[in-house]
Amino acid sequence: MNANAPIQKTQAESDLLSRFETTRAELPGSVTVTALREAALGQIRDRGLPHRRVEEYKYSDLRAFMKSAAPLAAATDLAATKAVVESAETFGDLDRYRVVVANGVFQPELSDVDQLLAEGVSVFSFADTLDDADASQMLKTPKTGPEDGVVALNTAFVRGGVVIAVKSGVEVSKPIELVQVATSAGAQAVRNAVTLGEGAKLHLLETFVGDTGAGELNTVFDYNVSDKASLAATRLMTGKTEAARLFTSIATLGAEAEFKSLGFIAGPRFTRNQQFVNFAGENSEANIYGVSMAGGEDLADQTLIVDHAVPHCNSREFFKTVLDGRAKGVYQGRINVAPHAQKTDGEMMTQALLLSEDAEMANKPELEIFADDVICAHGATSGQIDEDLLFYLRARGIPEDEAKTLLVLAFLSEAIEEYDEEDVTEGLETRVRDWLASH
Amino acid sequence: MLEIKNLHARIAEDETEILRGIDLKVNAGEVHAIMGPNGSGKSTLSYILAGKDDYEVTEGEILFNGENLLDMEPDERAAAGLFLAFQYPLEIPGVATMEFLKTAMNAQRKARGEEALSIPEFMKRVKEQAADLNVSMDMLKRPLNVGFSGGEKKRSEILQMSLLEPKLCVLDETDSGLDIDALRIVSEGVNKLRSPERAMIVITHYQRLLDHIVPDVVHVLSKGRIVKTGGKELALELEKNGYADYIDAAA
Repeated sequence: MNANAPIQKTQAESDLLSRFETTRAELPGSVTVTALREAALGQIRDRGLPHRRVEEYKYSDLRAFMKSAAPLAAATDLAATKAVVESAETFGDLDRYRVVVANGVFQPELSDVDQLLAEGVSVFSFADTLDDADASQMLKTPKTGPEDGVVALNTAFVRGGVVIAVKSGVEVSKPIELVQVATSAGAQAVRNAVTLGEGAKLHLLETFVGDTGAGELNTVFDYNVSDKASLAATRLMTGKTEAARLFTSIATLGAEAEFKSLGFIAGPRFTRNQQFVNFAGENSEANIYGVSMAGGEDLADQTLIVDHAVPHCNSREFFKTVLDGRAKGVYQGRINVAPHAQKTDGEMMTQALLLSEDAEMANKPELEIFADDVICAHGATSGQIDEDLLFYLRARGIPEDEAKTLLVLAFLSEAIEEYDEEDVTEGLETRVRDWLASH
Repeated sequence: MLEIKNLHARIAEDETEILRGIDLKVNAGEVHAIMGPNGSGKSTLSYILAGKDDYEVTEGEILFNGENLLDMEPDERAAAGLFLAFQYPLEIPGVATMEFLKTAMNAQRKARGEEALSIPEFMKRVKEQAADLNVSMDMLKRPLNVGFSGGEKKRSEILQMSLLEPKLCVLDETDSGLDIDALRIVSEGVNKLRSPERAMIVITHYQRLLDHIVPDVVHVLSKGRIVKTGGKELALELEKNGYADYIDAAA
């Protein structure tokens, strides 16, 4: 591809350029930040939205999907936000802290700021950090995807988000749910930074509630997991919507750190969940799980790059996809092993179950290994429900639909069970059942 | 209880004819053994009774307690009281054995218009039956049949049968892959279920199983037809002389 070739702008691209002109004055940040925004927008202007000729977006053509770009969602008020948060059914009655970001703006009044502070967790506005001299640190781009188009789109328009910083040695006693809320239609560009000090431990639940109308949701999570710290991030990407749902994780792991994540997709018309995981210290471990369910015309994309930049780290990637109707599933996973990253242990598996003739799965597991003393494996399968298993269950009196549900649930549960965060296991399995009941 | 009339069937995919006119009547309280050489159609008959759609019935009918069995879905047949103990029970990763048992029992109860079992009642029944069949709690916690030995799988089948309390049990080569001790445990499990209200069809190659589960009637199946019917002494005769006489007779 010739990156310099002039492109015919799509409606969405033109909309984005004018969106920038109309909203730039109200977007937060110092001069440095403004320069970063302009550079990011310049990238969109010159190259367009990420499309199928860009390798990383070959199967998820955002440019073709976005017919237009709605304006950014306006500021919201407390009462409206409260109403949406309280009507949300995310993790039922699970005992948890709550941190709320509405239309891209941190809502301290609706967040458990004081209780968290008492535990050693500071929670504050991301937007406020953009005024500082070193604000450019806050708008990180992934080391293994410095020119990613979705991150650029986020940088250009980011309105805010939240910073959650866990003090060294603090094991947060219950999960923190970071709820992102839409109280009115419109696009959202949100950044959240989650920092764990040395030896800290946290289970973060990431949810989204509300309706963005035709506006895309673009959220970047920047995780910094210090030495000996442990972070689990459960991300729910659910709810019916026709607008794009774009999620990016940039994780940086210290030494002897643990990071695990589960990305759960069920419902949106177009979901991209991309994760960039970087091992910066030795003897660390990353376990990345994905559960995707897509029906109708939905597209569910799980993309990740795990960068073994240092020796003696283990990573496990385990992704499950169930597709129905004319849905499309995408898995792109790459494990990079740097020349000196000896004793790396990486194991990647992606499995898809196709419930219809017209569903389509693109599985692309990749290993890029430059070290010679490593254990790395990858695998990919796509198949249909095993008729013999189905018959066995039916021969025991279980009706066909129920038997299928049991088998699909069993298929997806393998990843949910291995993720092994008991607080969410049951809730996620209920969501799988609900999705199946509606398809 | 079961009446098979002039049943002809073939493999749906390639139209190979397997059953060529089977007539069989099984009354409540009776145990029928069906013996025969490899390829005679024994397993096909059991799959057709259970409703596997790999086979196509081209002629004849099957009545189960007066109802047309061939019109029913596999799960409807099970709820109506038919149970097939599989020759090769399937492994289902991700489905816990306990969960499976509860789902199956309650699905059948629901189909019959009965209330779902309470958890304590369900547990009580499972524990009782499992103890008799030497099925450990550890096995019940594992995914269904996953990592079970051949004997464990067959005991798991008989446990399911005991819990589901079917009217007609079809045992497809339940003795295959069993050592002497396992054979005894499984046979005792089956014999416990013998009752005047229940019928059984025991499909086997060997006389051995019939020493433990003594049949009322023995049929010899060859090339898709029942070529000889007799009492339990017929099994002994087959053990001594082999199937050669009957294969020729059918040809």
